[in-house]
Amino acid sequence: MNGGALFLAVFLACAVEAVEALTIVLAAGTARDWRSAGAGVVSAVAALVVLVAVLGPALSAVPLGGLRLIVGGLLLVFGLQWLRKAVLRASGLKALHDETAAFGKELAAAEAAPRERKGGVRDWYAFTLSFKGVFLEGLEVAFIVVTFGSNQHAVPLAAVAALAAIAVVVVTGFAVRAPLARVPENSLKFVVGVMLTAFGVYWGSEGAGAVWPGSDAALLGIVPAVALFALGLVAVLKQITAPRTVPARVEEA
Amino acid sequence: MARLRRFLAFWYDFVVGDDWRVAVAVVVALAVTFGVSQAGVASWWILPVAVVLVLPLSVWRVARKR
Repeated sequence: MNGGALFLAVFLACAVEAVEALTIVLAAGTARDWRSAGAGVVSAVAALVVLVAVLGPALSAVPLGGLRLIVGGLLLVFGLQWLRKAVLRASGLKALHDETAAFGKELAAAEAAPRERKGGVRDWYAFTLSFKGVFLEGLEVAFIVVTFGSNQHAVPLAAVAALAAIAVVVVTGFAVRAPLARVPENSLKFVVGVMLTAFGVYWGSEGAGAVWPGSDAALLGIVPAVALFALGLVAVLKQITAPRTVPARVEEA
Repeated sequence: MARLRRFLAFWYDFVVGDDWRVAVAVVVALAVTFGVSQAGVASWWILPVAVVLVLPLSVWRVARKR
């Protein structure tokens, strides 16, 4: 896989998670206290950086065959989770993710919680809300950075892609001072699910000893094949679950 | 004990997710790929076939409940 594909996969996955984290931080800052929310963000990012710094080199020390088996298997499980949710959303079987509604819910919960000073933090609720939001959303990104990066021996490039996505989302979010509801989040999740599944299939098979026809070029077939299959699945599910309309009977006067 | 249980539940949810059958199917498919490739037979097609079977079954379980 070339650097461009790695960059794109990590960038998109990270952008999706950053949009969700931004919604939570905006709610914590708007309803509670910006300084405490900011401290929560900084703490969570620091924890994630440590995680990537420790796990990245540790995974790089594992022999490539074993690494591809583990990473490919994990990516495939992860990718199928994303793709499953994306297919369910696209076919109307699961509610679409709505950032405006998520923001409203977080805002209401933040406004209702009591204020408490703790451990040098002015508003503990705003701090923990921000920390949890950024850390939990960032954990998936850290996982993708470490797995993609270590597999291609390009953890720094994967980390740059993640940081670029965070920068774009944060700058845009604070410029408009609102959750990024216009980002086509559900479509992006679909694309990320396709990419994670495709790379999981490719690396997992190679790690288990399979040899792909065409070697790396096989990915050029696997990615569109997974995308078409998932889109086909959406079309079939839409047909099956569409409400059957019975033609109205015209009463004679 | 409760903290450990919450910790394990978090990682289970993070890695395995909503449908544990998907994770089990991936592990089985990887094991079959390994076995077939050890026998010297082409095995690259096994994981794609697993995806083609597992994904529709997993979403169908949700669709059927509606």
